[in-house]
Amino acid sequence: MSVPGIQESRTAWRLGIITPGRKRAFFIAMGLLGLALPLAVYPVFLMNVLCMALFASAFNLLLGYTGLLSFGHAAFLGSAGYVTGHVLKAWGWPPEAGLLAGTLVATLLGLVIGGLAIRRSGIYFAMITLGFAQMLYFLAVQLPFTGGEDGLQGIPRGTLFGLVPLDRPLTLYYVVYAIFLLGFFVIYRTIHSPFGHVLRSIRENEPRALSLGYDVDRYKLVAFVISAGLSGLAGSTKALVLQFATLTDSHWHKSGEVVLMTLLGGMGTVMGPSVGALVVVTMDNYLSGVGDWVTVIIGSVFVVGVLAFRRGFVGEALHLARNFPF
Amino acid sequence: MGAVGELVLETRGLTKDFRGFVAVGGVDLKVRRGTIHALIGPNGAGKTTVFNLLTKFIQPSSGAILYRGRDITRSRPADVARQGMVRSFQVSAVFPNLTVLENVRVALQRPLGTSFHFWKSDRSLQGLHGRALELLEQVDLATHRDTVAVELPYGRKRALELATTLALDPELLLLDEPTQGMGHEDVGRVVELIRKVAAQRTVLMVEHNLSVVADLCQTITVLQRGTILAEGPYAQVSTDPRVLEAYIGVPE
Repeated sequence: MSVPGIQESRTAWRLGIITPGRKRAFFIAMGLLGLALPLAVYPVFLMNVLCMALFASAFNLLLGYTGLLSFGHAAFLGSAGYVTGHVLKAWGWPPEAGLLAGTLVATLLGLVIGGLAIRRSGIYFAMITLGFAQMLYFLAVQLPFTGGEDGLQGIPRGTLFGLVPLDRPLTLYYVVYAIFLLGFFVIYRTIHSPFGHVLRSIRENEPRALSLGYDVDRYKLVAFVISAGLSGLAGSTKALVLQFATLTDSHWHKSGEVVLMTLLGGMGTVMGPSVGALVVVTMDNYLSGVGDWVTVIIGSVFVVGVLAFRRGFVGEALHLARNFPF
Repeated sequence: MGAVGELVLETRGLTKDFRGFVAVGGVDLKVRRGTIHALIGPNGAGKTTVFNLLTKFIQPSSGAILYRGRDITRSRPADVARQGMVRSFQVSAVFPNLTVLENVRVALQRPLGTSFHFWKSDRSLQGLHGRALELLEQVDLATHRDTVAVELPYGRKRALELATTLALDPELLLLDEPTQGMGHEDVGRVVELIRKVAAQRTVLMVEHNLSVVADLCQTITVLQRGTILAEGPYAQVSTDPRVLEAYIGVPE
């Protein structure tokens, strides 16, 4: 499987465009930007971006670094949102327990769905994940606790650890930001771990990894479970932020959207999915005035984006940087 | 390690039936420790199928495979590799977007026991660089350590593949057409390399190039239509009238 994004970041390292010092400087700058942004931009919008960025980054761990295209990742985002919403609203759990419950359920779902799906590869893998996501969507429509078409509304945000009330948007933003950074760090570390190197070898040449003595299915499963769990964390956080959990997050549209974000931003790059998420959520948000045409516009952007920037925004940026040594 | 000359790999009546088409039929193969053993035969004779059966990439319809006296007929491919029987592939099998050093390092890292540790930094793998460079040195690739494998010329890719295989310190090396698609000079290099690495191990290789086989291998098994046609040293096999007929169609 050819992953143009990863080739670019590899080349950027080799040519000294990315160096450890520059990388550190970049992450510090981004970190500070994340701290300052809510003072200038509407926090709920930013939190939405952070949730989707975490979702897309978790998805990229599979697509970009393991070579697995899941077409059912909405299952983890959506079900974690429902679980968190339910335990906060109906059972009155504190927010941290609610987030944990949603994440845990998504992780377990990942274990079950992943355990079955990794037995097949390519399009069959994608279809099995889609099939499971459709079943969960059906459950979300039918089960009483999800509120069916109406969804779960009015989820209380509560008080974090019994100390920090989350009703102020700015407070909530910094909590969400911390969750995002935690999730992002887990993904970053996974990519750059001994485990991550085995994943890459599986993506690059699965039979060869097998012939070197790696039980590739077990590695794929662990990657799938991590990805599902972090997608769940994103879904749980989103439910806490927006105070509702609806069918939208379980719908296969969401599974498609995350593919789109990842490809648009640059699969197999660390920052690509976040950039893609920013672009897609921004379009969703600021184009909502044009009604149904949003879909057409996003579709067009995607087609043009993939045709013109095959490496994704981040991949293209790294490619351009080659020609402008600095 | 057992004594030189004893059986390291043996198959008994190994058969693979693809829905009525018998690709391999009742093959009894005996590979002795410390030898270089060739598996030759015309196209479609079942050589690669035998390889896939031995390394468990496909399951036999019947028959048994014994490795170091132990029945591995139902083992899984990764288990077979971990027991010291490591294969290469017909088309060069490198990890294209990893560097030369990383290619070898992936093979070296498994014994560390941290291959599932997703929370650990990959700096913990740096201790393997010395050994990886030693292996690359053996195949003259040490100076290319930071080259991305996809950019290597074909012959070098095969050399890298061999270094990666050797990283596992296999007892039995299965090479599927190691000189296929190579220029004359590269062939000579690979032959020398195989001779060098075979000093401490057993090699079973599929090969088309008869001059390579004549030069390198102590025992040759000739396959035709999935069964063994002849077996023995090159001098004997190459004069066997049945082999001649299978290869060049000499009339009776």
